[in-house]
Amino acid sequence: MAHAAPQAAGLFDCREAWVATLEALAEADPRIVAVVNDSVGSSKLNGFQKKFPDRLINVGIAEQVMVGVSAGLANGGQIPFVSAASCFITGRALEQVKADIAYANFNVKLVGQSSGVAYGELGATHHSIEDFAWLRPLTNITVITPADPWETAEAVKWAAQHDGPVYLRLSRMPVPALDVPNRVFRVGKAEVVRGGNDVTLIACGTTVHLAVAAAKSLADDGIDARVLNMATLNPLDDEAVAAAAATGAIVTVEEASVRGGLGGAVAEFTAAHQPVPVERVGFPGFLPTGSTDWLFKEFGLSAEGISAAAKRALQRKKG
Amino acid sequence: MTQTDLIQTIKDKALWMRRTAFGMVHAAQLGHPGGDFSAIDVMATLYFGVMTFDPKQPNRADRDRFIMSKGHATGALYSALCAAGYFPQDWLQTYMQPRSLLNGHPNRNYLPGVETNTGPLGHGFPVAVGIAIAGQLTKANYRTFVLTGDGEQQEGSNWEAAMVAGHRKLNHLTLIIDRNRLQQGAGTEETSGLDPLDEKYAAFGWEPIFVDGHDHGQLLQVLSAPVGDKPRVVIANTVKGKGVSFMENKANWHHGVPNAEQFAQAMKELI
Repeated sequence: MAHAAPQAAGLFDCREAWVATLEALAEADPRIVAVVNDSVGSSKLNGFQKKFPDRLINVGIAEQVMVGVSAGLANGGQIPFVSAASCFITGRALEQVKADIAYANFNVKLVGQSSGVAYGELGATHHSIEDFAWLRPLTNITVITPADPWETAEAVKWAAQHDGPVYLRLSRMPVPALDVPNRVFRVGKAEVVRGGNDVTLIACGTTVHLAVAAAKSLADDGIDARVLNMATLNPLDDEAVAAAAATGAIVTVEEASVRGGLGGAVAEFTAAHQPVPVERVGFPGFLPTGSTDWLFKEFGLSAEGISAAAKRALQRKKG
Repeated sequence: MTQTDLIQTIKDKALWMRRTAFGMVHAAQLGHPGGDFSAIDVMATLYFGVMTFDPKQPNRADRDRFIMSKGHATGALYSALCAAGYFPQDWLQTYMQPRSLLNGHPNRNYLPGVETNTGPLGHGFPVAVGIAIAGQLTKANYRTFVLTGDGEQQEGSNWEAAMVAGHRKLNHLTLIIDRNRLQQGAGTEETSGLDPLDEKYAAFGWEPIFVDGHDHGQLLQVLSAPVGDKPRVVIANTVKGKGVSFMENKANWHHGVPNAEQFAQAMKELI
């Protein structure tokens, strides 16, 4: 399957992989429908709409009913993929996500588009950095944050065949394809992107390639960093975190708040089972005005920032 | 069965549901009996005179659906589902006990016959709209009935749902509003007025009908009427606490629970 057209110098918009995969699945399974809050273009669903006009359900700008309707569609035997800006599908409709999807345990796939700080200058209303913390306690929802086009396609395929609620956290920010040989997509299992035993960098989504770049620069300083792609946040791969703790120092990296997301999950696990220094790279809260690129660099979501965090963790490891 | 016999059956079921629901609330010392009693005649009519379903196959694709959007009225819902044969009567004794399948608000994962989890208001109606859209997509014939409280209509999500249903002409969808004019602590009109509900729904593309929500003959006629070309809203004028003299039209019976004397008195009246 053709995944994604290169954007620039080997960078990909993962939404291409999302829609190509969804369209192929929908060709084969008439139960697959898309539900949107007027977010056809931003979800890249124009092609889907052309192919399956009846199966693109646009409820208008109304997130509560968008999520409630999707639970009803699942009750009626459909497999809804609900696609909207992640700040709204989670925050605006959070009680519907909790009660109608997670608690009721309906077979609905929530697809959060333009997650994290993709909306850069639009500010905190449109940033979706709290979604991990909001959804992580909702035990029935599998939360997946793909890191590149291949993983996006695999996550969409997995979601379609999985009988239960899923949150796919997608981004429109260009990312490179990860260079991992013989990849196998396994939900709930961290992917070892790079081996290493001095410190473990645990990243997800748009930040995995930054962690790889950080590991390369740490190698120049003689530091052997493991890199994990923790695509599934819920349920967390406890074994991989335990193995990471065994390296003695951990850095978590996420395009999200450092409170309650990947960093929070890893810190919960290590505090309870294997206390080791954990440095959390992410956003502290509501953010100042700035582009996505600027926000990444300013708050240390960069090879330099992650390397510095790794050195801090190693310093703490030495005690 | 003649129409007269059918109406008598519905009346008998409604009486059994009232006695059963109040018994559950009395035993648990928890519940929402006022709203149970205002909704029970509508629900008895739906389950025993209108809807097609098979309690042995609760997830049959072609079943008619009933969604209890006012999910706190579980005395009404559980007594209806039990009377309809979804689960044995002894389960009712566990109402709200630790690990009971009969939670204070219904959970479809625990209990057959529950279509979706409700409790927070304004949730059941949007889900019902989704069920009706699924029926429209698959050209199914099933009908979807959703019951909301009247105070519940203050939740904005209902109006998102009303707009979508009107726009998509979901004619297999019927909304019943339990218009007892009381919410938790006061009247709806003094809290945040709802009238005129018929004009509001008509403006959203619905066919509104008023009915006496305790007249089984009227309810049967209206709820079993053939589908039209629009979604239908049945505004059922009801009495909170209907059937027990000291409960009728009293807001404090929203979640009031009876003592032994009140329970005995109610059982004397519910015959």
